[in-house]
Amino acid sequence: MLLSSVAERVYWFARYVERVENTARMVLVNNNLLLDMPRNATLGWAPLVSITGKSEIFYDTYKEASERNVMRFLVMDTNNQSCMLCSLKNSRENLRTSRAIFPRGVWETLNDLYSYAKANKSAVLTRRSRYEFLSHVIDSCHLITGKLSASMSHDQIYEFVRLGRNIERADMTSRVIDVRADNLLPKHDEELKPFDDIQWKSVLDSLAGYQMYRRYVHVRVRGVEVLRFLLQDTYFPRAIRHCLTQVELCLRNLPLNEAPQYALVRAQRKIDNIDITKIVGGRLNEFINELQLILYDLNDELTYSYFEGKEVSPKIYKFRQHQ
Amino acid sequence: MTIDWKHYSSKDTYDELLTSSGRARSGAGKVMHYLRNLSEEDLKERREAAELAMHVMGITFTVYSEEGGIDRVWPFDIIPRIISAREWQRIEEGLIQRAQALNMFIADIYDKQKIIKDGIFPAEVLKQSVNFREQCMGIKPAHGVWAHICGSDLVRDFDGTMYVLEDNLRVPSGVSYMLENRLVMKRVFPELFEDHSILPIDGYSTRLFDMLASLSAQPTEYPSIVVLTPGIYNSAYFEHSYLAQQMGVELVSGSDLIVEDDIVFMKTINGRSRVDVIYRRVDDLFLDPQVFNPDSMLGVPGIMNAWRKGNVAIANAPGAGVADDKVVYAYVPDMIRYYLDQDAILPNVPTYLCMDDKQREHVLANLENMVVKPANESGGYGMMVGPAASKRMHREFAALIKKNPRNYIAQPTLSLSTVPTLCDGEIEPRHVDLRPFILSGDSMHVTRGGLTRVALNKGSLVVNSSQGGGSKDTWIVETGGA
Repeated sequence: MLLSSVAERVYWFARYVERVENTARMVLVNNNLLLDMPRNATLGWAPLVSITGKSEIFYDTYKEASERNVMRFLVMDTNNQSCMLCSLKNSRENLRTSRAIFPRGVWETLNDLYSYAKANKSAVLTRRSRYEFLSHVIDSCHLITGKLSASMSHDQIYEFVRLGRNIERADMTSRVIDVRADNLLPKHDEELKPFDDIQWKSVLDSLAGYQMYRRYVHVRVRGVEVLRFLLQDTYFPRAIRHCLTQVELCLRNLPLNEAPQYALVRAQRKIDNIDITKIVGGRLNEFINELQLILYDLNDELTYSYFEGKEVSPKIYKFRQHQ
Repeated sequence: MTIDWKHYSSKDTYDELLTSSGRARSGAGKVMHYLRNLSEEDLKERREAAELAMHVMGITFTVYSEEGGIDRVWPFDIIPRIISAREWQRIEEGLIQRAQALNMFIADIYDKQKIIKDGIFPAEVLKQSVNFREQCMGIKPAHGVWAHICGSDLVRDFDGTMYVLEDNLRVPSGVSYMLENRLVMKRVFPELFEDHSILPIDGYSTRLFDMLASLSAQPTEYPSIVVLTPGIYNSAYFEHSYLAQQMGVELVSGSDLIVEDDIVFMKTINGRSRVDVIYRRVDDLFLDPQVFNPDSMLGVPGIMNAWRKGNVAIANAPGAGVADDKVVYAYVPDMIRYYLDQDAILPNVPTYLCMDDKQREHVLANLENMVVKPANESGGYGMMVGPAASKRMHREFAALIKKNPRNYIAQPTLSLSTVPTLCDGEIEPRHVDLRPFILSGDSMHVTRGGLTRVALNKGSLVVNSSQGGGSKDTWIVETGGA
């Protein structure tokens, strides 16, 4: 017996942990990228705000997307409910209320990470201390994932951890493609051409995918191939196809999975049937938007089927009892 | 160096382990012998081991602050409180007698109110009771039991008499600490458990489960039981989650439950699943926003109707708190006589009802020797301990009493017995009370001993965890031979 509310908390706990890790890596990679770019490059920090989809909230508070402002916004600004500290706090709250079902060490690591991030958050504002802070955050997230994988029974509760993690990953990958790749694909100022390579590399880096890309795609970093890798690769953990396959495996082990499975299959078909060479000509945004809508649907179907406990009405239940 | 017991003095109070001449009481001989031979270092070591065990076992209570809930380890003292099995037997009989009478009283109040008609219990006391629930009139819970889990607080006065101080019939807490304290003691003093016949207490969660199961309206072998908690920020959340785990049942919040066609279901990933028995740790008034507090986010809309129709059992029954009132308390000996035709085995602390003109006069004239308590507060709040209070406090309480006499009772200040307690490396007497738990369903059961709470501040009589209290393990010891 798994209570809907417990399943929901487990799911969101996992999503938030994943979000913390993704945010940290995104900032870290952009940081490294900017160090490589010429001074007059227009890139800057604004794309990071776009990736989180919170530009409106950002410009309510800040005049410009300066490094410091964006850092604040992404890491500690409570106006941004997806900021790293808010995500940490949310994942901790979700874990707190379902502590009994997790290995003790998971709580300890998350708790430590939360205290660390709260105490050291201003480290992110200066370039010198930024790296150490963000790497610690990323490592701690990996530690949590590892402890879950190694010391928790891989039962139904664990399926909700995996569901949360993989849906958040797919969501993040689609956002990164949306914002970063789109800027890169159309013709650029000739001046920036030599830097396209490192920018594509940074797209891969922000999803921790450069090494794996080089192993599996035996060509140099090229836009179309990078997109194909991030959307359609079967093995890379942050490739959308891989994430969706994981979701599929989770759903197989859960009851009442018809509606979520239907949404999932729509997403999988979308990924399978896409001709990458055709969308690079300006249809990428449209494609990503459609994909994201399906991912939202998937989240909604999970919520409806598992978290709100609405699937079997008491009338059906009573009917079954009388049979 | 062994601890110096010569300076241990509890001359002004009754000490649970030592007589006034410093000899061990019945049942405490072996423990005292053992403690006298422990070195200071040994004691310190054991104490640290106990603290570590509490941390590792995660025995906490929650203190809510702006930072969110903080789990604090509840202070625990390693020197046990000991009661001989012979004395305990009489206390147990007294507690069962009391719980029976209280349940008959509650059932009567929500039915024909014979006790009022027969002139034993005044109608105006009921009229002004804040815990009486009109909505419960006419309801007949299984076995005629309303207060399924009762925590009665016992105190011992200077002359050794054990009194009942109050009965907690709403959502009494503390039993998890009783159980965990014993586990800690077994880890820290295993050798003592080998030499003594200390009555075991770990059957409680099984007893609790069986009692709850006996309330189920559906004749199934495994009724579906849940523990209903107000949530993580409740100070007793640890206990709620602990008991659910120990019984192997679900721990739920109000939002996990839903009522349709007067049947209670919990929401699970497999769809809805019927609930037969609810052990609720949510206050009456928050149980059902349709019937009580409409703003309650903790409750379950429609749950009262489901209960009224007999489709779900609720323990303790809504409305059971009517007998958990310090004015009603004063009538318990009369109830025992009225319903059971017996004399009370365990006496009440003499209680003056301020609603009675004559008694009020006495209270007002002797405030400096009295403990004044509001009728419906728990947790030691809103009370005045006369001898310890300032003149200004006396005046304040005199005004409060005159303004709302029904809301106050007064009792002579008891000296409260003491138990040797480790304080900063010294052994000193500290005041204690005792909360046993009485289960009532198709049969009755009393915990062996209970939770001993200790006021850790020197001279303090307040044992509540929120106000500097700690706890001790309680041993009921077979003395043998007799």
